[in-house]
Amino acid sequence: MNAVEFILAGMLAAATPMLLAALGEMVTERSGVLNLGIEGMMALGAALGFMVTYSSGSHALGFVVAAAGGAAISMVFAALALGFVANQVVAGLAVGVLASGLSSLLGKPFESQTLIALPKLALPGLAEIPVVGVLFQQDIVVWLTLLLALAIWGVLNHSRLGLIVRAVGENPHAARAVGFSVITIRCAAIAFGGAMAGIAGAYASTVYTPLWADGMIAGRGWIALALVVFGTWQTGRVVFGAFLFGALSLADLTAQAVGASVPSQLLACIPYGVTILMLAVISSNRKRLRLNSIASLGQPFEG
Amino acid sequence: MSQGPTPLLSLSGVSKRYGGVVANSGIDLAVTAGSIHAILGENGAGKSTLMKLIYGVETPDDGVIAWKGQPVRLSSPAAARRLGIGMVFQHFSLFETLTVVQNMALVVPGAQAALAARIRALGDEFGLSVDPAALVHSLSVGERQRVEIIRCLLLDPELLILDEPTSVLPPQSVVKLFETLRRLQVKGMAILFISHKLEEIKELCDTATILRLGRVTGRLDPRNHSAKELATLMIGREMPAVVRAAPLGLGEVRLELAGVGYANDDPFGVSLSDVSLAVHSGEIVGIAGISGNGQQELAALISGEIAQGAAPGAIRLLGQAVGDMGVAARRRLGFAFVPEERLGRGAVPEMSLADNVLLTAHGRGLVHRGFISRQAERAFTADCIARFDVRTPGPETEAGALSGGNLQKFIMGREVMLEPAMLLVSQPTWGVDIGAATDIRQRLVAMRNQGVAILVISEEIDELFQICDTLHVLYKGRLSAALPTASITVNEVGAHMIGAGQPAGAVP
Repeated sequence: MNAVEFILAGMLAAATPMLLAALGEMVTERSGVLNLGIEGMMALGAALGFMVTYSSGSHALGFVVAAAGGAAISMVFAALALGFVANQVVAGLAVGVLASGLSSLLGKPFESQTLIALPKLALPGLAEIPVVGVLFQQDIVVWLTLLLALAIWGVLNHSRLGLIVRAVGENPHAARAVGFSVITIRCAAIAFGGAMAGIAGAYASTVYTPLWADGMIAGRGWIALALVVFGTWQTGRVVFGAFLFGALSLADLTAQAVGASVPSQLLACIPYGVTILMLAVISSNRKRLRLNSIASLGQPFEG
Repeated sequence: MSQGPTPLLSLSGVSKRYGGVVANSGIDLAVTAGSIHAILGENGAGKSTLMKLIYGVETPDDGVIAWKGQPVRLSSPAAARRLGIGMVFQHFSLFETLTVVQNMALVVPGAQAALAARIRALGDEFGLSVDPAALVHSLSVGERQRVEIIRCLLLDPELLILDEPTSVLPPQSVVKLFETLRRLQVKGMAILFISHKLEEIKELCDTATILRLGRVTGRLDPRNHSAKELATLMIGREMPAVVRAAPLGLGEVRLELAGVGYANDDPFGVSLSDVSLAVHSGEIVGIAGISGNGQQELAALISGEIAQGAAPGAIRLLGQAVGDMGVAARRRLGFAFVPEERLGRGAVPEMSLADNVLLTAHGRGLVHRGFISRQAERAFTADCIARFDVRTPGPETEAGALSGGNLQKFIMGREVMLEPAMLLVSQPTWGVDIGAATDIRQRLVAMRNQGVAILVISEEIDELFQICDTLHVLYKGRLSAALPTASITVNEVGAHMIGAGQPAGAVP
């Protein structure tokens, strides 16, 4: 397998943990809430997912429990940020730290254990194309994530539910005046974001690298946050950013493998820099940025 | 309390307190179907609180609200809407990044295509034309108000509440709005019309309930009473009049804009093109127009908050080209500025009045070798409070604790005490009660008589006619030619406000 095939084969799976978390965070932020605890919530999902899958042998059960765990811990954040109208930045960071602590505690007995990953499903026809074909051999979670991204795009832009979420994010006071419960809708958006972070973590620990190691999320939650902001809360851009990051992080590994004469630390920086630069360039139109950005993001709302 | 049939909505003995402040006290009110009922009162009289109680935003501490004779508990706006109460807010509750029909779809069930057809049908029936597919942020204020009204009408309300609906409209649009409301009245709808404008109420309403300091001070048919009587009930004394000063000989030009343009890259903002005006010593020049037609951008260009936009030389302040000068440099020339947002731009809410004084008056002996002279600061502040009748416990009070009118008097006072040669005032009397507003206008006229050049940006046409020597109208970033107030009518100015230019022209 040459470098191109290596990157094509792995980029979707490498992107999936970030993409799942970013899609959830995008929905949360669209409702006007900034949840900075994503990294910790992913870690908790990763620990729970690994434990359940390891004990039961069922990946599906692992994902369900990870989603439930992510949603549950995000409700602690919701209670602080919505119930007690705490500063969202501080509340998010605090809950994130709590969640990563929990993940270390729960995962301790499973340190360095491994699992069997999910099998790859090839898309008939497409998977036989030379070189590019490897792109179409992915596990089921990757395919479901892509479908989910499409569904989220559809719901946000073409459904009444999406309209309500966007309305709450743009102007919570007006949303309340026309009769929506801002707190309920934001709470639901936070729960969705938490569940997605949990699933994202479980994918990382049970499928992408099927082993448990403390701190294995390694900043992917923060990348997800950056993807959402630099992708200007647009589903398509977030997906693009995630794939770009996935491809670049594999390119970095390839370059190290062939022994490029650049220090590996520098190579490891490239995916972060290039992804953010690319998205910043795409989103640099100030007019569009102003239209896309969420007017009430991070602002406390007393219902 | 009421004669004849059961009123649609009746309130008896309704009270509402916020902490120690009584906002509404023992309010009795009866609204009958097919009536346009005015709620008349000054800023702070309790009109908004009363509407919040009726629309279910707040719940009363005492008293009974009855709908068609049955006592009801309105716990939320949704509950009020279910009964058949609709409300058009003063500050619109629309979502700017959504289209008109999407805004409707949030409140009304049904497919968007069907909704768009209903929007058009209602528009035809009641004279409320608006494009269902337009994004709300691209609409004019008048169009947004139509969208709000249509959104209410889609729910078939029996009672429609309008909160200060004419405060944002040019005169011609007011005429159209009244026509719409009369058509709704003929259909049997009851309308609660909240306003502080006496002439409008006399023209439109058949019943008026007058509030002062949270209590009902009058209940009458406004058509049978003079504006003077209404005003007396509303403010508790006779309406004070501004003495319109005799024209002065014009002094030198203190502010001159020659063909100033500004390209705004904010999609919610306005670009200015070819703006020319001159303000002379001893003259008040007014900028009329509906907010959002470039007023903020124009004020920022003159104050220096936008410095790079105009080519240097196009703006001349006190004889100097200031296009590339910052705010502080312009103030040093003898320029002072009262912005429209009092909290955040005019004053820092969390800081004491004394520290707020320091923000612009630091040059007047309040700072010695880089250290603040607390004594001088307090003396300046106390002087400002005394001279401008600011009602506050003292210089150490936080700016955010003052009422809108008092804070405006304080900021005006601070800028006036800088003894500027050129003063720019944006919306001098927004949200200020009539007494304080009259006072502020009087002070502006007095300054003009002392030779200060003053530029006033205001939405209140009556105010501009009262105090200005010359008017310009700002519409979609373009400024009209100078219109001397002595020789033009309110209607002519109104025509400029909607871009018609000539009053005889078609009204959109």
